[in-house]
Amino acid sequence: MTRYFTEDHEWIEVEGDAGTVGITDYAQSQLGDITYVDLPEAGAAVKKGDAPCVVDSVKAASDVYSPVSGTVSESNAALADAPELVNTDAETGGWLFRLTLSDAGELASLMDADGYAEFVKGL
Amino acid sequence: MNAPNTSGWRPAMGEAGSGESALITASGDRGLALEEKLIFELGRPGTCGVDMAEPVGDVLPGLSRFLRKAPAPLPGLSEPETVRHYTRLSRQNYAIDLGPFPLGSCTMKHNPRLNEKVARLSGFADLHPLQPGQTVSGALEVISELADWLITLTGMHSVAMTPKAGAHGELCGLLCIKAAIEARGEDRGVILVPESAHGTNPATAAFAGFSVENIPATADGRVDLGALTARLGPDVAGVMITNPNTCGLFERDMKAISDAVHAVGGYVYCDGANFNAIVGKVRPGDLGIDAMHINLHKTFSTPHGGGGPGSGPVVLSAALSPFGPLPYAARAADGSVHLVEEEDAAAMGHSQSFGRMAAFHGQFGMFTRALTYILSHGADGLARVAEDAVLNANYVLRSLEDVLSAPFGKAGPCMHEALFSDDGLPDDFTTLDIAKGLIDEGFHPMTVYFPLVVHGAMLIEPTETESKDGLDRFITSMRSLAARARNADPSLKSAPHLAPRRRLDETQAARKPVLTWREGS
Repeated sequence: MTRYFTEDHEWIEVEGDAGTVGITDYAQSQLGDITYVDLPEAGAAVKKGDAPCVVDSVKAASDVYSPVSGTVSESNAALADAPELVNTDAETGGWLFRLTLSDAGELASLMDADGYAEFVKGL
Repeated sequence: MNAPNTSGWRPAMGEAGSGESALITASGDRGLALEEKLIFELGRPGTCGVDMAEPVGDVLPGLSRFLRKAPAPLPGLSEPETVRHYTRLSRQNYAIDLGPFPLGSCTMKHNPRLNEKVARLSGFADLHPLQPGQTVSGALEVISELADWLITLTGMHSVAMTPKAGAHGELCGLLCIKAAIEARGEDRGVILVPESAHGTNPATAAFAGFSVENIPATADGRVDLGALTARLGPDVAGVMITNPNTCGLFERDMKAISDAVHAVGGYVYCDGANFNAIVGKVRPGDLGIDAMHINLHKTFSTPHGGGGPGSGPVVLSAALSPFGPLPYAARAADGSVHLVEEEDAAAMGHSQSFGRMAAFHGQFGMFTRALTYILSHGADGLARVAEDAVLNANYVLRSLEDVLSAPFGKAGPCMHEALFSDDGLPDDFTTLDIAKGLIDEGFHPMTVYFPLVVHGAMLIEPTETESKDGLDRFITSMRSLAARARNADPSLKSAPHLAPRRRLDETQAARKPVLTWREGS
């Protein structure tokens, strides 16, 4: 399993052609208390850079961009009753949706954990 | 009679917040600070404040199934109890008539009482939209004269008066753009929206059926012209730009942006919600804008706090005018004004209209107030409004920039609103703490956490309403709050202390909102 990061503060963990997407711990700390997550439906086709998901916090409603293209296979149902999981477990239990990648080549444009840590340091 | 109080004597009043204030009263009220229940928790079943006529005769055949089987669950209050309930609630409210209301982007300016006097004239107030046209010629004259002023002030070709508010005006403008593109037989689905635009802009574009793409802002808080022109192409229907923008800055490249968008066949929508900063100074028509809404309820007074509805007429360029909505006021050769409706649109050369935004002619009560405001100020007075609004905002900006971070303070003067961030506050102290502290100071908080391009934004719009004394009082409070935050004063973290309620759990209110009252809950 390999984890990649975007400049828009999403992470994606990839195994084979299956990816799990969430927002980073840095992103949740900037958003403040998450109040609602608008999740995509299974079967939805997304392109890299589309915003299939919206995270609402006490401060703002923020689009979550898909790091890669693919078809949504599952959303994190636990977030319907407990959106605060994105605050407490952003990079584990607070994942947002899973998708089946249509072009693994798109991963090449993303950052690894060290690269993302450097990127955040520069903000 | 009016001898000055040279001795400075005043009656002993006790100090708020001293030990005595811990006294618990039997009523729950504290002096004249009232603890008001919901109306459903008041009164007694069966009490009625009005005399209802007893039903006469039998229920009409076929209607008996609609008869109530149980009494309606209405609160049972007498008239004085009802009056007191709402008056007591009104005392817990904060309004522009009580003090400064520095909400950025909302333009909470004073509503001159002359507006109200004129709007209450029975010839304006007691009209019905279905009255025959010849009985409302004065009202039509108001619509036409106001339209002329808006066209003159903006340097545009025509104006659609019917949209009912700012976002409704945005939709009207985008529907004009859509109709114009369809009339050319083209298919353009993308609207570009810069980060510095109002939050309603992307929502409007999406609602009108366009897809939205963001354009980044430059480091000085303005549209990135290079990024914008790089994205332009045959799929772009237009751009939506807020000018002055939500950072309180004038988009200096506006003409270059318009020229670039027009060169590829697109249209320029300008969000004119902040027109109060440039009215009488800049004509949007000179900047190449194709459509712009004007919030009558901001720029020309009667803000939301006035309690009334909004009104968002849209001025249109010559290119978009043929597609504007019906009805509109037209002046005939004999000087009379009538509303052009579907029946005579073709005869009036307006057959390409995209349709209607509203059932009737728009928010007439706002038209009378806006026209009163315009005529009582005159052209020179309106320019002075913009000057004073900008001067007041810059006074706030320069009076606070040494204690609060002003991200664009170095970029030159601001327009009508001053923008600060939470940079430099201690880690635990946030914009929210400053906002809550302002409540204790007796001010309505500023806009917080918007625009998003600034971290922990505090957006302050004083408007031209505030005197220098009033601004100085506000600045003194803000400086005190900034100092308390910098000194990590724990009492600021738990503010407000002096409001009817302490700090509310906003997170829980959003996650698990309780929106209806239930008996016994």
